Amino acid sequence: MGFCLMEGNEAIAWGAIDSGCRFFAGYPITPATTIFNTMLKLLPPLGGICLQGEDEIASIGYCLGASMGGLKVMTATSGPGISLYSEHISFAIGSEIPIVIVDVQRLGPSTGSATRGADGDIQFLRWGNSGGLPVIVLAPVDVSDCYLLTIKAFNLAEEFRCPVFIASNKEIAMTRENLNMDAVDVPKIVERISPPTGKPFIPFEVPLESRIPYFLPIGGDVIVRQTSSTHGADGYITTDSDEIARVQDRLKTKLTSKVKRFSFHESFLEKDADTLLLTYGITARAARDVYQVCKSSEGPISLLILKTLWPVPEELIKEKAKHVQRVVVVEMNLGQYVREIERILPDKTIDFLGQMDGRLISPNQILEALAHG
Amino acid sequence: MGSLLNKSRPPVFCPGCSHDRITQTLDRAFLNMGLRGEEIVIVSDIGCSGLFDTFFNTHAFHGLHGRALTYATGLKMTQPNLHVIVTMGDGGLGIGGAHVLSACRRNLDLTLLVLNNFNFGMTGGQFSATTPSTAQVGSGFLNRLELPFDVCRVAASAGAAYVRRCSGFTKNLWKEIESAVRFDGFSVLDIWGICPGRYTKRNKLTPQIIEESLAKMPPIKNPVPENQREEYGRHYRNLAAGQKQVSPPKKMTAQFDPIERKRMDVVILGSAGQRIITAGEILCLAGLTAGFQTTQKNEYNITVLRGPSITEVILSPQAIGYTGIERPDVILALSQEGVDHRIGLFDSLDNSVLVLQAPGVSIPSCKAEILQPNFKSQKIKSTDWALAALIVLAKIKRVIHLEMLKTALKYKFRNKIMNSSLDLIERVRAD
Repeated sequence: MGFCLMEGNEAIAWGAIDSGCRFFAGYPITPATTIFNTMLKLLPPLGGICLQGEDEIASIGYCLGASMGGLKVMTATSGPGISLYSEHISFAIGSEIPIVIVDVQRLGPSTGSATRGADGDIQFLRWGNSGGLPVIVLAPVDVSDCYLLTIKAFNLAEEFRCPVFIASNKEIAMTRENLNMDAVDVPKIVERISPPTGKPFIPFEVPLESRIPYFLPIGGDVIVRQTSSTHGADGYITTDSDEIARVQDRLKTKLTSKVKRFSFHESFLEKDADTLLLTYGITARAARDVYQVCKSSEGPISLLILKTLWPVPEELIKEKAKHVQRVVVVEMNLGQYVREIERILPDKTIDFLGQMDGRLISPNQILEALAHG
Repeated sequence: MGSLLNKSRPPVFCPGCSHDRITQTLDRAFLNMGLRGEEIVIVSDIGCSGLFDTFFNTHAFHGLHGRALTYATGLKMTQPNLHVIVTMGDGGLGIGGAHVLSACRRNLDLTLLVLNNFNFGMTGGQFSATTPSTAQVGSGFLNRLELPFDVCRVAASAGAAYVRRCSGFTKNLWKEIESAVRFDGFSVLDIWGICPGRYTKRNKLTPQIIEESLAKMPPIKNPVPENQREEYGRHYRNLAAGQKQVSPPKKMTAQFDPIERKRMDVVILGSAGQRIITAGEILCLAGLTAGFQTTQKNEYNITVLRGPSITEVILSPQAIGYTGIERPDVILALSQEGVDHRIGLFDSLDNSVLVLQAPGVSIPSCKAEILQPNFKSQKIKSTDWALAALIVLAKIKRVIHLEMLKTALKYKFRNKIMNSSLDLIERVRAD
């Protein structure tokens, strides 16, 4: 057995390639640029396309066009670019265009610090779209996750026809680590589903017992309509309130009703623990150390590392917190995801440790928070 | 071949709107070219020009304001045989200016039909990028403060290969459209029209005035001679076909016994340009040769060849959690700004820690074992100090040994760089 050495960004690019991604467009931005660099090396020789957009709006716009042209697509940026993506994120949600969007988070607000890490976009990713419909956000912990969760992100984007975010962080993206890609348990690759032949194609018609329309590419033998306007099944703008309500409800429910199926996480539950440490992303690495320390000396705690952040895996969180009195939430911001935990666990004591200065939260800081609250 | 107009969705433009005529004429051009609906996508922008896709039985893509050319680009790259027609008003030209310029520079085979009626019709007749300064519009006096631009001259200077302007009322409009669609590259057709719902309520504009105004515009040679070149999509595919396929990174197998099978935390404190990050990577690779797990966390500023550059490398027999280093086993102190940036690291060092102190770098007094290799007298350039420091470690058998290091260098480098780095091993003395 051997390892290669890879940074998180490279692992995301390889995950995309192995998912069948054949179109990437991005605009240079630290700390996401090495995803673009890697895709530019990997895609063209495979017959894929990698473009550098004139700005972030164009980059994701190219991706939406290419996705409707039938390719699996990805783009990558950081906070300032996610801000510019916003109008197209809303478009991808409302018009059901599959796309994987990587946000390699850096310290904000605004241009902030290009080379310092943060998890400051966690609520922004969820709510940074007009209309406020749900999105899927996955959060890798390490380089191996970058590879695996990218593949899972593509599978979800293709299956549910929606944008899927990877909430990475400079401290994962540009940190090198040993990785054996062959040892990663890769799921079956999901493809878009074409409609059965013999019936006229209605672009947003939903098959029985499903909430996801069939897909045909623009440019194929059957005419396809796509529109950012509020539309009915036929892909034309509509003012029919009942039809509008049905579509909005479907866009919401197609994700929220299935979150149990993709509630990715790691949990380490201790029978005698009265505290659950809950975290995600790079901070989970320090939390794993803390779990070990507590187990061997300080008194056991339970640990839940969320890898699906949105839609909130509520049932999973309730289940894992069932036997504890107290939940300590740790994240690299001044308090974002902790709001969700407070919301769904109103009967527990919720303590919070956050930091937003470019430094990682260390195991010692977490131990102190566990001890003193 | 029949009309591609969507019989169930007739145009809904104001009576007298030139968009109506352009819709019918676009259909005539398609008809004349013998195109089927499946061979065409109409990518429409926002405003009245954004309605165009609904009037045709073709593929359709309607998106956000000013961004039509971005979707068109993704579609055309993905579906090279598709005729991609973009309908955009003078509003879209303004808000999507960067996309217009880029499309001109790129020469991808798209057709941009600018439905230029000199104002924002749908939202109340506000001024656009082409509204004359003298016009009475819905933006009060603001248009008097700005100059309109001539999209044709802008497009030609940005590199568009095909640039024409014409009246939406000209008899030959179908020919103009067909010629733009047939052009093999990016074509811009600036079609001047009348907006009776807004613009002509307060401004006099007739087909005849349009003809007269067009005649006064500076002529543009079309196709633009200096902008003729290969179509972007084909050019892209040609260049892409010549790119070498990249294999997944080769694996480094564990092949040596380490000096000691225990966790070691190494911090390298240097400056940008000293190849600190590369040295950290080599240390990681050397660790892999002895079966260690490894992480490399980096810190540097946005400046490229200035500022501190710091790397933290952990080699461990077990999985590594937290990637930061608070209690290092070894510090390589290679530049003053690097040391100053992490001065706190030196606070609690005990005598088990090794600090390698490069020439000219001062460090706080501490209990650590200190080694001061004289890289300067050995005539080693400061850009090589990071690698030289690893060589010193290997020669004194701390953290890594020479076989680990050599194997890492041979994995990482090829040819000249590999030889010069192996040479450096011979040159560096560990005293």
